Amino acid sequence: MTDILLSAKNLSVRFGGVLAVNQVSFDVKKGEVFTLIGPNGAGKTTVFNLISRIYTPTTGSIDFVGPSGKITLTDQAPQNVAELGIARTFQNIELFEHASVLNNLLIGRHTHRKTGLWQDLFFTAQAREAELRSREKAEEVIDFLNLQHYRDTFVAGLPYGVRKVVEMARALCTEPSLLLLDEPSSGLNVEETDDMAFWIQDIQHELGISVLMVEHDMTLVSKVSDRVLAMNQGEVLAMGTPREVQTDPGVIEAYLGSEDDVSSLRRPRGSTFHTGASA
Amino acid sequence: MRFIFKTDYAQDIHLAKHGGHIFWYSLLMALLVAAPWLFAEYWLAQLTFILIYSIAALGIMLLAGFTGLFSLGHAAFLGVGAYTQAVLTNAGIPFPLALACAAGFSAAVGWIVGLPALRLKGIYLGMATLSFGFIVEEVLARWESVTGGNAGINIKAPDLFGWVLASEEQFYFLCLALTVLSTFGILNLLRSPTGRAFVAIRDSEISAQSMGIHLAHYKTLSFALSAALAGVAGALYAHKLHFISPDQFNILQSIDLLLMIVIGGLGSVHGAFLGAIFLITAPQMISLVKDYLPAVVGQAPGLQGVVYGAVLIGFVLFEPMGLYGRWLKIRTYIEMFPFYRKGMFKRQKSFQKSDRLK
Amino acid sequence: MQFFQLLISGVAQGCIYGLIALGFVLIYKATETVSFAQGELMMLGAFACLVAMTMFGLPYWVSILGAILVMALLGMLIEFAVIRPILGQPAFSIVMLTIGIGYVARGLITMIPNIGTDTLALPVPYKDELWKAGGLVLNVEHMVVIAATGVLCVLLFALFRYSKLGIAMQAASQNQLAAYYMGIPVKRLNGIAWGLAAAVACIAGMLLAPITFVHANMGFIGLKAFPAAVVGGFGSLPGAIVGGLVIGLVESFSGFYLPDGFKDTAAYIVVLIMLMVKPNGLFGEQLRKKV
Repeated sequence: MTDILLSAKNLSVRFGGVLAVNQVSFDVKKGEVFTLIGPNGAGKTTVFNLISRIYTPTTGSIDFVGPSGKITLTDQAPQNVAELGIARTFQNIELFEHASVLNNLLIGRHTHRKTGLWQDLFFTAQAREAELRSREKAEEVIDFLNLQHYRDTFVAGLPYGVRKVVEMARALCTEPSLLLLDEPSSGLNVEETDDMAFWIQDIQHELGISVLMVEHDMTLVSKVSDRVLAMNQGEVLAMGTPREVQTDPGVIEAYLGSEDDVSSLRRPRGSTFHTGASA
Repeated sequence: MRFIFKTDYAQDIHLAKHGGHIFWYSLLMALLVAAPWLFAEYWLAQLTFILIYSIAALGIMLLAGFTGLFSLGHAAFLGVGAYTQAVLTNAGIPFPLALACAAGFSAAVGWIVGLPALRLKGIYLGMATLSFGFIVEEVLARWESVTGGNAGINIKAPDLFGWVLASEEQFYFLCLALTVLSTFGILNLLRSPTGRAFVAIRDSEISAQSMGIHLAHYKTLSFALSAALAGVAGALYAHKLHFISPDQFNILQSIDLLLMIVIGGLGSVHGAFLGAIFLITAPQMISLVKDYLPAVVGQAPGLQGVVYGAVLIGFVLFEPMGLYGRWLKIRTYIEMFPFYRKGMFKRQKSFQKSDRLK
Repeated sequence: MQFFQLLISGVAQGCIYGLIALGFVLIYKATETVSFAQGELMMLGAFACLVAMTMFGLPYWVSILGAILVMALLGMLIEFAVIRPILGQPAFSIVMLTIGIGYVARGLITMIPNIGTDTLALPVPYKDELWKAGGLVLNVEHMVVIAATGVLCVLLFALFRYSKLGIAMQAASQNQLAAYYMGIPVKRLNGIAWGLAAAVACIAGMLLAPITFVHANMGFIGLKAFPAAVVGGFGSLPGAIVGGLVIGLVESFSGFYLPDGFKDTAAYIVVLIMLMVKPNGLFGEQLRKKV
């Protein structure tokens, strides 16, 4: 199975009395867009946090194919995750507020730094060279995501939709092999969501980056995903193509409820609907 | 209004953004170099102090303003540098070596103080650094065999491998050179990955970590660099005063250092210098104004404390961006006249507890 | 025998630290600001009582109540004038502001002619009295401190547990927005929290005055109260008292049993050890950013 990039096996994580993630297993193949869906509180962002090593799983492990081969991700420290080729965006945007957009992206280039403290201190020719290269790369990402307009603006003054794109840009600057997108379209309007869909497809096909995302917008999910994993209350409900998962009865029940849930609200045909009056 | 048309990445990297920068800063440097011939001895001494405190301010600005780690006991590093320099110079070691040792030893102590910083945030870090400050002060007072205890020690003049800097003018140039070097060092750091890593840690630790920034490494590095600069400042301070004692490096000195960067403007290199200028000139200005006030106010011993406190409160309430912030607003107003809008520099406020966790 | 003397004086000193720390924690819980002005408020409280007794010639109990009232009002005034406008700014700015308040308070007192620069005695009725109990010689001043702290703790506990005000303050400290939605006047409560903290500081000052005398630099003891608050855990009221007792006892015993110089730094060494072992103090809570 040489084309599997990330492999999560029997992940469980417990916070005090709450079992947030329960025996979750899935694989992400190289070059695919893999989406996690599920109602709120299903544990999707928790899985992301497990991959970024913000949390440590109580049981289970994650394997990842990094630049030097397959390693056990759950043994790594959080700051090594970016170097291995995993970049992420955050659900509640975590940008560097008091820096310009360009500086945010340049911070994203950190794992590719070529200079140490002393070269930086004296700003040697080597440091200058490395800076110029960094800026070139950052500008490529700015071009890709059409952020030219905002290059020198401080993040603190930017609208929400732009911030989401800047977060993604920053993640792309790390030149990852796997990009984790946490709810990329939340808070975006229809036009921005369309743009997002195109960008995700471009990221997949032009940049060759695999994408693992959490998403609620089913149109976006169907448009860009190769495979989908549905979760509910920390457990896996279904896994497959978007169509397969959307028609899975267990998934429908988790989102919409079963017949029993809605029967009490059912009214006979032809009666008018009274508000406030008891049935 | 000035529009800077960029055609090259190198322009972004360059420290001077346009011709005006080069002109004004060259003028400033010319003035500073000519100072011994322009100013009387007393004012030259004050200028020397401003330079010395600027170096210390750059240090604490790096730590608190750029990395977001607040050190309430920073005078300890100043003291370590001062005493190391004093002991080594009195033992006959030439100035450059002694200075390197003072900076190095301060950096080592800073690194040690930075270790708790890895697990502590906010007020807890402040308490840890405060505690370190008190402990170092006590050690300086008790370790009498080396430091001479509370009686203090005298320091000989700086000796650069045979060339003894006995005069005030020569010492002034030494301080100027070191200040210029420190400033360029900090400016270089800020336009390179190291400096950006510091700023990232200040703004959001979690996402800094997810960008691959090793928090422990950079936090201790920030402490070490900041302490090294304070050590250099302390060494120069010792030479300037020719005498040091432990009570010069107490909590009040630490608060003075913080006062400098808050009044100067947190998070800017200019702020370090403006704060140092404020700290050294404030007592002068108070003495000047004293004679115009009624005796009961002017001659009272507590006047300086009241003025410092009132200025601090005033700045936090009305000008949180400090002196440099006020200058930026004035300059923007002039540049954009008449299109300046009041809300241009509005600060973001965060009221939710979760917003203030980092 | 010596041990017991040290114990009592350590507990008494610890109570003072605990009271000042209590003030810190009250303000921290209510407004999430760290106030470095508590020491100076304590000093002002002692001076207020002194002025009431010597300049106005009021009897002891009247002076005490008067001083507490004046300080509570001063605390509320400070909150209204200076703290409220800057709520929401980064914590560091607010800390510097409270340091500024401390400077102004200390400076103003020093400026007052005659009494500002002197060390004055507070003429309390139990001054210099001693209790002899079975071989022990106990300083009544220490006993009064311990007793008063105990009473105050019980009163505060009752306030927070049983009264509407106390519950409202607890609610506001946990989630300000939610408290607003429930109709709790959060801003007024913040003022009350500051007033309460100032009153507690005033009581601490009046209890400390017979032991250290009243002078402008009394407030520096407040710096030792910070370790007390940290040891107890910054968000916990009982923790503040416990932390204070720990620091007081450590100081008392290290002053006697350890070589010179340890007495002053003992508090800080304890803090460092505590921060290494249990970064959130004995009773503190671990708050973590959720991403």
